[in-house]
Amino acid sequence: MWRLLRQIGRTGIRTEPAPAPDDALRHETQALGRDIIKTLGRALAIRVVDAGSCNGCELEIHATANPYYNLEGLGFQFVASPRHADLLLVTGPVSRHMEVALRRTYDAMPQPRLVVALGDCGCTGGIFGEGPATCGRVSNVIPVDVAVPGCPPDPRAILQGILTAVQGR
Amino acid sequence: MTPHPLLAPDLVALPCELPAWNGRTDAAAWRAAATRAATQGARLVALWGAPQEVHAAYALPEGLVWLTLPCPPSAPDYPDLSDLFPAAGRMQRAVADLWGITARGAADTRPWLDHGLWPESRGARDYPFVHVSGDGVHEIPVGPVHAGIIEPGHFRFSVVGEKVLRLEARLGYTHKGISRRFTELAPAEAHRLAGRVSGDSTVAIAWAYCMALESATGTAVPQRAQWLRALLLERERVANHLGDLGALGNDAGFAVGLAQFSRLREDWLRLSKDCFGHRLLMDCVVPGGVAADLPAAAADALRRQCDAVAGEVAELRALYDGHAGLQDRFIGAGRVEPPLASRLGLTGLAGRASGIAADLRCDQPWAPYAPLNVLMATQRNGDVAARVAVRFDEVFESLRLIRALLDGLPAGPVATPLNALAGNALGLGRAEGWRGEVLVALALDEQGQRLRFCHCHDPSWHNWPVLEHAVMGNIVPDFPLINKSFNLSYSGHDL
Repeated sequence: MWRLLRQIGRTGIRTEPAPAPDDALRHETQALGRDIIKTLGRALAIRVVDAGSCNGCELEIHATANPYYNLEGLGFQFVASPRHADLLLVTGPVSRHMEVALRRTYDAMPQPRLVVALGDCGCTGGIFGEGPATCGRVSNVIPVDVAVPGCPPDPRAILQGILTAVQGR
Repeated sequence: MTPHPLLAPDLVALPCELPAWNGRTDAAAWRAAATRAATQGARLVALWGAPQEVHAAYALPEGLVWLTLPCPPSAPDYPDLSDLFPAAGRMQRAVADLWGITARGAADTRPWLDHGLWPESRGARDYPFVHVSGDGVHEIPVGPVHAGIIEPGHFRFSVVGEKVLRLEARLGYTHKGISRRFTELAPAEAHRLAGRVSGDSTVAIAWAYCMALESATGTAVPQRAQWLRALLLERERVANHLGDLGALGNDAGFAVGLAQFSRLREDWLRLSKDCFGHRLLMDCVVPGGVAADLPAAAADALRRQCDAVAGEVAELRALYDGHAGLQDRFIGAGRVEPPLASRLGLTGLAGRASGIAADLRCDQPWAPYAPLNVLMATQRNGDVAARVAVRFDEVFESLRLIRALLDGLPAGPVATPLNALAGNALGLGRAEGWRGEVLVALALDEQGQRLRFCHCHDPSWHNWPVLEHAVMGNIVPDFPLINKSFNLSYSGHDL
């Protein structure tokens, strides 16, 4: 046990300090703080749906929860059910086989609800495009509030996208 | 010259980085070759379809034998191989879904990738799952949308109380028509698509694709590019293992493990971004070489990181090994005994954890692996603990390889222009990705302008069916842990 505690102590807190005041992200962090307190009581629940991605976006969504970005420290939480979610994070070109599942997930969310489409595929269909097996961009299937480009977008861009969606609310 | 493997008559050697032969067969020779391969202990690496053709690739000690069986519209079927190689079953069902060519005599002919939603579907929307009945048996359907942040797929558990009697997976949810998409892109551009077949294996699949295109055009890649490609592949392996080791700790209730390993992974990805321009290393491998050279200063940073990560991972391994609660969850969970692994064709990392000693970097070391003498990591217990141990061992070995690659990096250019595309040329590429062996087989059209077909094969095809065996007799709450210990690709499988 001492060895575990030593490792934790030695690692320390790695969460990065808030960006400098002139940084665009900090502005949004502050706005988010106000918004969260006002409307959500300091908790935003996110439901993630992979609608057909290559898994690259999922890897970077996972990274937003690592100690550096510390998504939960900002008041966000990934939840297991769309019924608990305020925001739907969708990745991938929407495959034909995920079209119904995505619609049903969206329909199961309480209102008001937000949708963030993630990655080049979610924004435009990406390199996979549209075809007999894919519906292409997420907005072809459900309404989208914010679309974050990148292949995949890095964790900061993902955070920024979520913050932007919440701010516009 | 490597001796010719006697699997089928009239095999022609392909100009590939790794020894490989191709040959056309008829239905009788197709079945005879498979029988011979099974008796000789060869592995079926992949089975895939193309317009009016079905293909199979077998790995033998001498190299890879790629067989092509023409299946004209007048006779769109071929002899079943799933009795010889169980892994062939789902691949044959996928061939039927995508190309309308069926396996004659196959026991399971249900649609696989086709969910009955495409314009030309043959499948029904209601999938006929195998039902288990008896006192107290009930079903738990899970997915395609999962509780966590993972790819979509459906799992049907038949359970008594907490105990899993049977698991049946239904995949294909992320099918994006990748095989068709390859034929629409310029061959020299399609490496970007190959790098997005499975996001966690972008280097492995893009390298195999580029190797295939280079073999089809007879392009010789500069030595420095080969070494840099291996450097990228080993960095991809370490990045994935770090992520998995943290997630496995977390799935067993050891959240500190996730925090620690995800911190190391983030450091790792950030340096990848600084040195190679992309956190996940997408689009770094390009036809003819690599996208950018590595500056000397970057090489030093990479070396320093290897030293730092080696120390940290050693410390974390001691924590994992010494934590009784964690080991209690790991040991014995999701066990695949070596004989079962061998019979079902378990491959790659999961195979090595069940005593299947196969690693392309050791068995057929292609450039630049030969002088590096890669040490294969193997275990025999076949449980979650064994798959964790293989990952730890492979992290250390990859760190050693990264240092060796940096120390021995030859001078010279990092890319060469691709030779002209010749009509009807065949290309083949293989690489040992972090999950297992990746294969890319392609053919150019008559004019040499487009790809007639391109098949990217992920080892998940072999390992998904074995996961169903691994989980039998375990309790439902252990499924996420067992599933993570395999960490199979949905996208790379669904195509």
